[in-house]
Amino acid sequence: MDGPVLADKWDALIEPGRVHGSLYYDTAIFKEEIEKIWFTTWVYIGHESEVPNNNDFVTKALGPMPVLMTRDRKGEVQLLLNRCPHRGNAVCVLEKGNKASFTCPYHSWTFSNDGALIGYAFPDGYQKAEKSELGLSKVTRVANYRGFIFGSMAAEGPTLEEHLGGAITALDRLCDNSPTGEVEITAGFLQHRTKANWKFILENECDGYHPAFVHSSIFSVADSGITDLYGADAVAVTRSFGNGHTEVDPRPEFRRRDKPLSWFNTKPERLPDYVQQMNEAYGPERAREIMIDGTPHIMIFPNLFIAEIQIFVIQPVSANESIQHVTALQFKGAPDMNRRLRQQTMGSVGPAGFLLADDTEMYERNQRGLEIRDPEYLYLKRGEHRERHDEDGYLIGHATDDLPSREIWKHYRSLMEDK
Amino acid sequence: MTTEQEAIAGPEILKAWIGADRVFEKKFDPELYHEVSQFIFREARLQDIHDYDAWEDLWTDDALYWVPANGTDIDPETQMSMVYDNRSRIALRVRQLKTGRRHSQTPPSQLARIISNFEFLKSATDDIKVVCNAQIFETNLRGDTMWAARNEYTLRRVDGALKMAYKKVVLVNNNKAIYTLSFLV
Repeated sequence: MDGPVLADKWDALIEPGRVHGSLYYDTAIFKEEIEKIWFTTWVYIGHESEVPNNNDFVTKALGPMPVLMTRDRKGEVQLLLNRCPHRGNAVCVLEKGNKASFTCPYHSWTFSNDGALIGYAFPDGYQKAEKSELGLSKVTRVANYRGFIFGSMAAEGPTLEEHLGGAITALDRLCDNSPTGEVEITAGFLQHRTKANWKFILENECDGYHPAFVHSSIFSVADSGITDLYGADAVAVTRSFGNGHTEVDPRPEFRRRDKPLSWFNTKPERLPDYVQQMNEAYGPERAREIMIDGTPHIMIFPNLFIAEIQIFVIQPVSANESIQHVTALQFKGAPDMNRRLRQQTMGSVGPAGFLLADDTEMYERNQRGLEIRDPEYLYLKRGEHRERHDEDGYLIGHATDDLPSREIWKHYRSLMEDK
Repeated sequence: MTTEQEAIAGPEILKAWIGADRVFEKKFDPELYHEVSQFIFREARLQDIHDYDAWEDLWTDDALYWVPANGTDIDPETQMSMVYDNRSRIALRVRQLKTGRRHSQTPPSQLARIISNFEFLKSATDDIKVVCNAQIFETNLRGDTMWAARNEYTLRRVDGALKMAYKKVVLVNNNKAIYTLSFLV
């Protein structure tokens, strides 16, 4: 297709307040997304605490592509592509472990855990093979913000800090909730497969319209404290940081309640060690502020969802299949808090979770619904009339508005259009 | 252990899957075998037909219902499990299902499960420890799914009737990405 037609294509697919259904099921669009989004922008890979010791490794992913995250002999975190440069075999098939080198089982080429080719079998068969050019490929750019490791396959482009923009404050807010200022990912992941496009998951994460209905079963039998946040009278807001990053900000509600740890539906008496650690780390006044505001609820485009007490890493598999990798957040050195974080996470998310089983049921029904070709578009106009800017200039809306979806699609379009 | 057996032992990843050594009961008690297998068949049937109240009644007051992830003998106090329910959370799980608005079970999964390979484990107390395999066919709005698991039970006599004090369900693919598992497994 030539230029003008291409532009028309995106005009037709993504209109203000509505998007075409084919964006969720068209396999050609999915392939285009892999190139223009997943292999271009910054993508969350893993957390440095998943490879705490030298020579630790763990298998992660960048979009559909497996990535070997290692901590090399010098202590540097490396993102290696698990493909032997010889014939393409995997140099590692274990999910995690501790190894200083990886040997391809096919012809015994051996690589250091920083990717360098150490040697190959029967070396006199090669005359001019340049070992320095035959190492494992790497994720082109790697960046670490407070332990969160991101990768980008694009040699050039915005820095991670530029990509995150205002969303970076959410990572700071999260780390502030740890008495040591450090978050850890140590509890292992649940992997939840769903027959739905990755963007349905992305859009749902800051959709405050659905909880009262999708989760009414659990809200009616357990006091979760979530109901007030997403009612018609909620004072929580949705916010767009630009670059596709969106959040639900419940702090207005928590500040109205003015009760530390209300965000976690608990009380200081229930987590005395944590509260004492926070007071000692930050001083009582600041600790109280942090414990009233709680942790963020932010969808960092395109794949890291920080959901107060857990993280989800969203992985696209095909146009109509995705995986949600989920685990509890852990605050370094806060065992009583960590136990509650794990217990609440295990109850609510994963394939059997009180919440996520039903969210995921919705994703699959949405996906199947698109086989019905009329109406062709999805309707995303809720709250258009009440969008406004906050004091920092970010677009905000009511907690139940479609603002996050509209903003995700705006950024999506900017990446997908050849500009 | 002989050299041949060591060679068969296999890589670490398999050990994580097989779990710690289990000590099996060599004595065979046909009456107990019959009673225990009938109890577990009944549990399977109550799960298949979604008789939530009758299923909940099978548990003791100190029950633990555990579906680990990423291996067989992970430490549930540091690692994520798919289900790690004490008695009150079992009750909550059942209450949610009974609302009729647990969307992933509305309509409920249609299920048939085969339970087999019963073996008793040595028990140091009056509790009865038994392992078995389960294969479950599920069909729901998404489609057909096969589930396979190795189950481990601790059963206890309470007022003359068997009750479940512990049920662990080790899905064969619990280290992989799996579909929603919202029926009682």
